[in-house]
Amino acid sequence: MKHAMKHAAFLAALLLAGPALSETKVAPSWGPGADDAAFTRMLAASFKDKGIAKIDRLTQDETQAFCSDPEAAASPAAAEKRLRIEAANLATVKWPSDGKWLGDWKEGEKIAQSGRGNTWTDKPGEPNGGNCYNCHQISPTEISYGTIGPSLLQYGALRGRDEETMKAAWAKIYNAKSANACSNMPRAGHMGILGETQIKHLMALLFDPNSPVNAQSNSAKSGPAQ
Amino acid sequence: MDRVSVGIAAFLAVSAAVATAAYAQQKDAAQEGIEAYREALQDGNPAELFELSGEELWKTPAGPKKDSLEKCDLGLGPGVVKGAYAQLPRYFADTDRVQDLESRLLTCMETLQGKDPKPYVEASFTAPPKEEMIALAAYVSGQSKDDPITVKPKHPKEQAMYDLGKRMFYYQGGPYDFACATCHGQEGTRIRLQDLPYIPGQKGAAAGWGSWPAYRVSSGQMWSMQWRLNDCFRQQRFPEPVYTSDATIALSMYMAANASGETMKTPGIKR
Ligand code: HEC
Ligand code: HEC
Repeated sequence: MKHAMKHAAFLAALLLAGPALSETKVAPSWGPGADDAAFTRMLAASFKDKGIAKIDRLTQDETQAFCSDPEAAASPAAAEKRLRIEAANLATVKWPSDGKWLGDWKEGEKIAQSGRGNTWTDKPGEPNGGNCYNCHQISPTEISYGTIGPSLLQYGALRGRDEETMKAAWAKIYNAKSANACSNMPRAGHMGILGETQIKHLMALLFDPNSPVNAQSNSAKSGPAQ
Repeated sequence: MDRVSVGIAAFLAVSAAVATAAYAQQKDAAQEGIEAYREALQDGNPAELFELSGEELWKTPAGPKKDSLEKCDLGLGPGVVKGAYAQLPRYFADTDRVQDLESRLLTCMETLQGKDPKPYVEASFTAPPKEEMIALAAYVSGQSKDDPITVKPKHPKEQAMYDLGKRMFYYQGGPYDFACATCHGQEGTRIRLQDLPYIPGQKGAAAGWGSWPAYRVSSGQMWSMQWRLNDCFRQQRFPEPVYTSDATIALSMYMAANASGETMKTPGIKR
């Protein structure tokens, strides 16, 4: 009995220390595992409900908790957990109910432009925007775009329009963590930010040959300069 | 007063030029234009008006105790304003708390003037009680202009606050899974055309921390750091942070310590 307890204590110490036994620190100095009680107390005392933004938004799901220590989440030791989180997120994706991928790119452009929704100054009931231009270059005519995400210029023209490509883009918009556990992109479908029809419009913005996203650039259209 | 109105006129002229430039040319030109008008404004930042009214609030007896704030201890001893902001947040023995400027001001208003901090905490940022806080913050911050930011967590409570701030910075939540790190965790990114400072690094932390309180040209308002953080939490789709709550002070500690060694440019001027 005494021996078994000693053994358990040794195991626990090993687990805490992790593989790098030479390191002096046993518990992390910050982040999950470092004085969780103080952090929880701080959260509870520091926020209050305002409008539609209630304090239950501070309660994390597994994906959010995992991604709140980006270095640990990206480490080789977390590879398996990343795959598990991606699979769980992929399982949430609802595919288009009628099998059609594309809606109207003009509507898609409006949704991509709009950043409204879900803040404490937004009223419930109005449709949310996609926030897409906050992070992505999309149509060439819009020069006010952010760079947190990659450029989506020429998306359909470059990627093609086969089933697999459409599926990947749909999954990315519906639940960005389905292919990249700690993507900085919101999970628009999964979190109820955008509905199926809105996602179809965004898909059209990316893939429709008539969408400005896929417009041929001037130099390509008119050949070499005169 | 005169310098300020000259500054505003200069700003209007330059910003009109910027607006046309933005149409005609690419975003980089617009960015350069914005830099140019910021420079043009250096001599006449409207924040000076807020510094002046803050100084008056500081020196005028008020509250049930009919006393001024002139004996307030901002960390360098009672009454020392010069250089104090560049060394905040810090641990204060009398409250046994780590405090940023705005929470420390509330302490002094309570102890020296006998004021109840509650209405100051609860008022919206555009209501008179907060206008007082922001003017005071503008004044005190101006007395650290060009000083080196010197925030090195030493006291155990300062170190704990830094670690809590770092954890808060990376803490994801809400319907968009956002953390501060989503928008301020990579070098050289922007949202639309607004550059996002990389806050884990010294330069980015200084760009963020070292230039607030700031006059915001787009809204014509003077914002304190507490207001800046409040609006970032709004964009993060989080619930509202309580004014001067520990989460806001922890984040301030994280930013200030990361920025330590760089220069305070307060009060600042922003787009
Ligand atoms: C807060 C930032 C952010 C927002 C908002 C955002 N994205 Fe993204 N997006 C990213 C990042 C970062 C990536 C790259 C990492 C990844 O693939 O998850 C990405 C990747 C993508 C990709 C895959 C690109 C590829 O290489 O194939 C598509 C498609 C996409 N986003 C579309 C959208 C659309 C449509 C919206 C609006 C509904 C949107 N994004 C909103 C950040 C964002
Ligand atoms: C969804 C995006 C987003 C999130 C999340 C966010 N911010 Fe910001 N932040 C911005 C934008 C955009 C600006 C620039 C605003 C402007 O130019 O008016 C900014 C500006 C700032 C500044 C001033 C920068 C400067 O150079 O003057 C600081 C400091 C700051 N944020 C800190 C934070 C902290 C701390 C958090 C987390 C509590 C946070 N932000 C969360 C988008 C965000």
